[in-house]
Amino acid sequence: MYYVVSFAILVTMALALIRAVVGPSVYDRVLAVNMFGTKTTLLLSVVAFLYGRPDFLDLALTYAMINFIGVLAVLEFFQSRSIRRENKQTD
Amino acid sequence: MVILFAVFLLTLLVLTAVAIVRTDNLFVAVMLTGIFSLLMAANFFILDAADVALTEAAIGAGITTVLFLGALALTAEYEKSISTGRWLSLGVVAVTTLILIYATFDKPRLGDPQAPVHLHVAPWYLEQTPQLIDIPNVVTAVLGSFRGYDTLGELNVILTACIGVLFILGGRRGQYSPSDGTKSLSTIHSLRHHLIPKIVGHFLIPFIILFGFYIQFHGEYGPGGGFQAGAIVAAGIILYALLEGEAQALRAVPRSALMGMVVGGAMLYGAVGIAGIALGGNFLDYSVLTDNPVAGQQIGILIIELGVGLTVCGALLLIFHAFAAREETD
Amino acid sequence: MALVIDILSWILLTVGGAFIFIGGLGALRLPNFYTRMHAASLTDSMGSILILLGIMLQAGWSLAAFKLLAILVFLLLTGPTASYALANSALLSGLKPEYFRPDNAEK
Repeated sequence: MYYVVSFAILVTMALALIRAVVGPSVYDRVLAVNMFGTKTTLLLSVVAFLYGRPDFLDLALTYAMINFIGVLAVLEFFQSRSIRRENKQTD
Repeated sequence: MVILFAVFLLTLLVLTAVAIVRTDNLFVAVMLTGIFSLLMAANFFILDAADVALTEAAIGAGITTVLFLGALALTAEYEKSISTGRWLSLGVVAVTTLILIYATFDKPRLGDPQAPVHLHVAPWYLEQTPQLIDIPNVVTAVLGSFRGYDTLGELNVILTACIGVLFILGGRRGQYSPSDGTKSLSTIHSLRHHLIPKIVGHFLIPFIILFGFYIQFHGEYGPGGGFQAGAIVAAGIILYALLEGEAQALRAVPRSALMGMVVGGAMLYGAVGIAGIALGGNFLDYSVLTDNPVAGQQIGILIIELGVGLTVCGALLLIFHAFAAREETD
Repeated sequence: MALVIDILSWILLTVGGAFIFIGGLGALRLPNFYTRMHAASLTDSMGSILILLGIMLQAGWSLAAFKLLAILVFLLLTGPTASYALANSALLSGLKPEYFRPDNAEK
């Protein structure tokens, strides 16, 4: 029963990867990475039950946290970079 | 069915690697490296290596992306194209690849029970761990006790890397911004002035750090241990630094405390080894720590994992502060 | 009773998988960044709720169900926040959403 779901999640991961490679603006790519992280979390949960090892759920929980921190770090980088560009232009 | 998963994930991995190499926008490369690390963790998980997958998750997806972005903020965004020597490097890579592929013809198949690695050491570890150490997670037993020297060496490698980065980037550049809140480089648009991420982030930080402690002490029973826990706690404090500003994070966990953690962790590990000698055994022999050898092994593993967690957390935070502090002076 | 739980979790998992696939397809095919964000948030919220509920039904009352609940709460908290921060950052950097105007549409 878990094979259908894991297949759907894997296909969506491929679609997100295409969006990360193609996406014209950088925000498309950040969106794709965020989506990829959430899908990885779900894939890890489903596969953990598929293999009958429910004590592997720690990995999914870790990923849910780390993905969030990664996306926030990227956004902080963007904003400080655009601020620096504005300051340079006004100097 | 595992083959289908593995082939799919490995194909995505190859596509990501090709995309990373082909792009010349370094920011896109950093994003795709994040995806690469996620794919690698999924691969490790499919291969049933949970500890490695957890370490890849904790360090690769979060901390490495943050450090790459910190480095990218200090440098240019587009890669300078290399015009000379491309065919030479392509030739060298092709020859090396062919040699490596030829070398794998001799390898036993993946998971073959008759492979040499499964006949000598691995059954011995699997049989002796319940008798000698009696913890469910054999990986931690091998890492902490049977191969304790190697882990001591890894810990000192991390310590040396941290020292090297601090020498290069300078530990004391970047003064604190004045506490009356004026003239920080990132003005009102920075992340710390948005309400929603700030509230949600503040809510999550205690849980992240608690989860890090859980992983630290749960390493004997499930996937976990010192490396992963140090990375998760460091990620929680980095989240605090992203939300509140680096100066505030330095006030919360000062640099002296971080240096103490880095050095103290490595010294704790060495101290356990020397305590083994002082109590009559060999270096890093945990059986002599208490009366019951099995309990001594467990206590020894607990203490060295604590040392590993302290050093990893301190090292990652020091490197992060070294990058972030340098940015403020520009 | 076990059959009912199995059927229920089958349904939840399949519908969740369908939502995730639709979200991924939308993220690829929709024209604008903000519209793609709508599609991606679909996978974050509905997909994760249905799939994790489906697995929780299979796990019964155990530590695994509690961990799955923790994962669900985490994803529901951090997913919309990340989408908000991303959209805000994109808007402040000047990426303008395209508005539909009647003279834009082809007849």
